[in-house]
Amino acid sequence: MTWEIERKKCLRCGGCVAVCPVDALVLTENGIEIDERRCISCGNCEKLCPVGSITVGGNR
Amino acid sequence: MKDVVVVGAGPAGCSVAKGLADEGYDVVVYEKRQEIGAPKRCGEGLSLSAMDELDLDIPDYCRMQSMNGALVFSPNGDYVRIHSNETVGWIIERKMFDKWMAERAANAGAKVRAKSDVVDLLPDNRGVVVEVEGETKRVESRMVIAADGVESLIARKGGVRGSSQMHLVDSGYQYEMVNLDLKDKHKLELYFGDDVAPRGYVWVFPKGENKANVGIGISGDADKNAKHYLDKFIDSNDRFERASVVEVNSGLIPVGGFLDDMTAENLLAVGDAANQVNPIHGGGIREGIKAGVIASDVVTEALEKGDTTSENLQKYNKRWWKERGKDLKNVESLREVLEDLDDEDLNYLSRKLDGDDLMKFTQGKRLSKLGRLLLKRPKMIKSARKLM
Repeated sequence: MTWEIERKKCLRCGGCVAVCPVDALVLTENGIEIDERRCISCGNCEKLCPVGSITVGGNR
Repeated sequence: MKDVVVVGAGPAGCSVAKGLADEGYDVVVYEKRQEIGAPKRCGEGLSLSAMDELDLDIPDYCRMQSMNGALVFSPNGDYVRIHSNETVGWIIERKMFDKWMAERAANAGAKVRAKSDVVDLLPDNRGVVVEVEGETKRVESRMVIAADGVESLIARKGGVRGSSQMHLVDSGYQYEMVNLDLKDKHKLELYFGDDVAPRGYVWVFPKGENKANVGIGISGDADKNAKHYLDKFIDSNDRFERASVVEVNSGLIPVGGFLDDMTAENLLAVGDAANQVNPIHGGGIREGIKAGVIASDVVTEALEKGDTTSENLQKYNKRWWKERGKDLKNVESLREVLEDLDDEDLNYLSRKLDGDDLMKFTQGKRLSKLGRLLLKRPKMIKSARKLM
């Protein structure tokens, strides 16, 4: 599983956190953080991100 | 021990906090951001009827521009003009408005604290773990209110979980622009069409003489991202050529998936955290504040009785569904029908409908008229029946 975020694009709106079905994402002071053990590569966060800052491997 | 910890100092959280502080309860509101109200995730429109209904005497410094209607553009460029001789709403400044809401809560006796990130709940939701400028504290309370927005960490941890279905959310993106020509500085502009904004719309909300929030909301499962569509709209329109961008915003907008149960033991959720948003226009200020008023009534009674179990908090669900949920559910059905319409259908409807119809639709009313019109479109008959 690979999950990447382009931090320079991210606006920290937390939209990806809201659509994560397994609560793998969290919006912290440093931006979006992922718990890779939880991630199921569903791609919701990538699809939702208004600015296209997230790439989920195996889902494209 | 506090009576109530409110997580999130947006309009919903501050609405609950004020209600409870007015009753004399010991309330603390934690806001993770260093500045309440910023960055906004909002187009900033608020109707006068909402302000009246909620008894919001919003100070002038929060009101940027008065609105007296809207221009609703169909894909072919035709538009329906909604016009009133009086002001029907305002574009507000959320940075100021949210702080004013927090100030109201504080003046009523609530303690508000910015840059305080609630990271966990204590057992049985009897309080929270909060990081205040780097220092971690446990704060015990009789109840917790999750008003923590769409990402709703605390609502989820507490057991109030919305659906993560992608068609129940919109992806939103917005520029606050200055030095642009407005078609009418007192009217909202809304643009519909599959190529413009799949399932959603582009908005231009005037925020002054020559400035506006220019934004978009599109279906969460659209092929391209919201920024792509908004940039395309702006690039194809000369009027934006000279304009400057002074702020960039993004966010997720719940457009349905209302929850039967917005409570857990010693906890309830309000506002975006409970998907309380109008599924057609995506507005959440009114819904959040209204839910906050209902919540503070129910919580006041629960605290008085000393019973904050989920069972006793069911009154919140009941009242919300009666006063807001029923109408919003109708609006959600309308949203489901509208997303089946293609550009030709939209063009057709814009010829047959007037501004007053559109206003009523957004409130979940007069839907049978829309149903009757759609019955005349063969492929829309099934959808039309949903509205009749």
